[in-house]
Amino acid sequence: MKIYVPGDAAARALGADAVAAAVASQAGLRGLDIEIVRNGSRGMIWLEPLVEVETEAGRIGFGPLEPADVPALFDAPETHPKALGLVEEIPFFKAQTRLTFARVGRIDPLSLADYEAEGGLAGLRRALEMSAEARLDEVLASGLRGRGGAGFPAGIKWKTVAGAKAAQKVVVCNADEGDSGTFADRMLMEGDPFALIEGMAIAGLSVGATQGFVYIRSEYPNAIAVMRAACDAARGAGLLGPALLGNGPAFDIEIRVGAGAYVCGEETSLLNSLEGKRGTVRAKPPLPALHGFMGRPTVVNNVLTLATVPWIFAHGAEAYAAFGVGRSRGTMPFQLAGNIRHGGLFETAFGTTLGDLVEGIGGGTASGRPVKAVQIGGPLGAYFTPADFDMKLGYEECAERDGIVGHAGLVVFDDTADMGALARFAMEFCAHESCGMCTPCRIGSTRGVEVIDAMRAGDPEAETLLRDLCEVMTHGSLCALGGFAPYPVLSALNAFPAEFRPPRKEVAE
Amino acid sequence: MSQAERISEIVACHRGREGALLPMLHELQAAFGCVPVEAHKPICAALGITAAELQGVIAFYEDFRAAPQGRHVIRVCRAEACQAMGAEAMIARLERALGVRLGETVGAVTLEAVYCLGLCACGPAAQVDDRLIARATPERLAEEVRA
Repeated sequence: MKIYVPGDAAARALGADAVAAAVASQAGLRGLDIEIVRNGSRGMIWLEPLVEVETEAGRIGFGPLEPADVPALFDAPETHPKALGLVEEIPFFKAQTRLTFARVGRIDPLSLADYEAEGGLAGLRRALEMSAEARLDEVLASGLRGRGGAGFPAGIKWKTVAGAKAAQKVVVCNADEGDSGTFADRMLMEGDPFALIEGMAIAGLSVGATQGFVYIRSEYPNAIAVMRAACDAARGAGLLGPALLGNGPAFDIEIRVGAGAYVCGEETSLLNSLEGKRGTVRAKPPLPALHGFMGRPTVVNNVLTLATVPWIFAHGAEAYAAFGVGRSRGTMPFQLAGNIRHGGLFETAFGTTLGDLVEGIGGGTASGRPVKAVQIGGPLGAYFTPADFDMKLGYEECAERDGIVGHAGLVVFDDTADMGALARFAMEFCAHESCGMCTPCRIGSTRGVEVIDAMRAGDPEAETLLRDLCEVMTHGSLCALGGFAPYPVLSALNAFPAEFRPPRKEVAE
Repeated sequence: MSQAERISEIVACHRGREGALLPMLHELQAAFGCVPVEAHKPICAALGITAAELQGVIAFYEDFRAAPQGRHVIRVCRAEACQAMGAEAMIARLERALGVRLGETVGAVTLEAVYCLGLCACGPAAQVDDRLIARATPERLAEEVRA
């Protein structure tokens, strides 16, 4: 009998290790021969630790489980108070279109046999049979855009690198997922690491790169351990190494660890960090595609971008592009976070509305109070209000309302949130994380904190100053850190101006 | 093995890699709890960089430190998703319960802020030593360092 107890960091933070130990000891007491699989998370975080028992009818879920709930799992599973029925019939799961996350939660993350049995390596095998031009056309035709936040077409980036002449080229996976409210990269790496490895191998093959790096933030020790083990296994099986799958060109991957700098999620500072330097932003041009790691032509793509590539090659660009809205093709693993009742990961086609995700799928706030604001796209993303619940989620659709999709994290706040304080926090965070290369970000963020403090103390001229400062940061910063920090600030100010004024009782005094 | 021997072993093990400095610093810190000042000269010699360049890198990254932390390290997330679940109030109560403020080490306990642990759907999130803790409360975190 197979019993699945997630080894995902969120499940473990909610007590999955103790549950796994209880499952092992209870099975031992009963003399049962069971296999415990530490799978990835299904993404229904409010049900974690979500234990699954394999039956003839399918996998039955139980959660959120505590060690004390485990004996009943063996004694009377049918009447278990935390039984959830077939996991894949749970509405939150069933309503999804899981392409990038197809295997996450289903398989043993470190079993290559599981991976292949669920469709893994079909994409790479097909890519190996295609011509160089056809491979690039496939990515281009899929409409896949950079999932890290910038939304740049992956196919164009790959074509640029493929066209560059160099003795060595590089594929770098950006796994420096620092945006609050996002955890999809972490879940993918912990739940289906071979998908990322396969995607990077296809990227290497397509652009002529032999060297690969995954740059993972140090705050993700669990993901680092899984990725290291998966790369070792892939090398051992001949998937990576001198010949991809034994007959392709050489490609290998090294795992590198960040060191607590948010700005290293920006691709040029990530490259500096990989080179062993301060993680400061580089001016573009030259583009990393032509002059990246150690001056070599380099593809820098996010985890989700690369992990989606195998699906595109296995099922065809057309099938992928059939999903989505406008110029946002395919699916996006949206992450429902913060004060939300049903928090977790929900992969669906672009074009779903904000209200559907927050109120429908997410079930509103965890506190049961009204939703006040939703920050989309991390600390540099805009705050939206329930008035925007009709907004379709897509790159252009969010931009039209002065926001970003970013890495598709949705952080929900209830009506107790202090939007003035959150705007101040956005500037404070920017000041804390600024790499210092450009003045608008380095100085502007600190001035931003001061000006918001002045507004909240009642300075009548501070608002004009803040808006002016935001304009300078938006247009004058070298990268998105300083350039986007005004999004949360101005969106909060425009929607909740009263929260940037002194509290009423102080005015009366 | 002496400290100097261990340092030269770690430096030698990484020096041939491209972009060796961060892996080197991470391993030194794993071995000593910090990047000991005694390692500066061997690193600079191995990588052909100046003391200023090395200091610039160490100072840039939040992770690298010149002195070891307390025996227990509590990291509490201050990022937006955890704020939405009351992280700021939780941290204030934790500071009072422990008698340690953010950024300080008192006795065996270091308390520091972290910006996102990737546990954004089960906040407030924290980490005590190598254990991740979701839906953290001051009582639970204080108990973890007493255990």
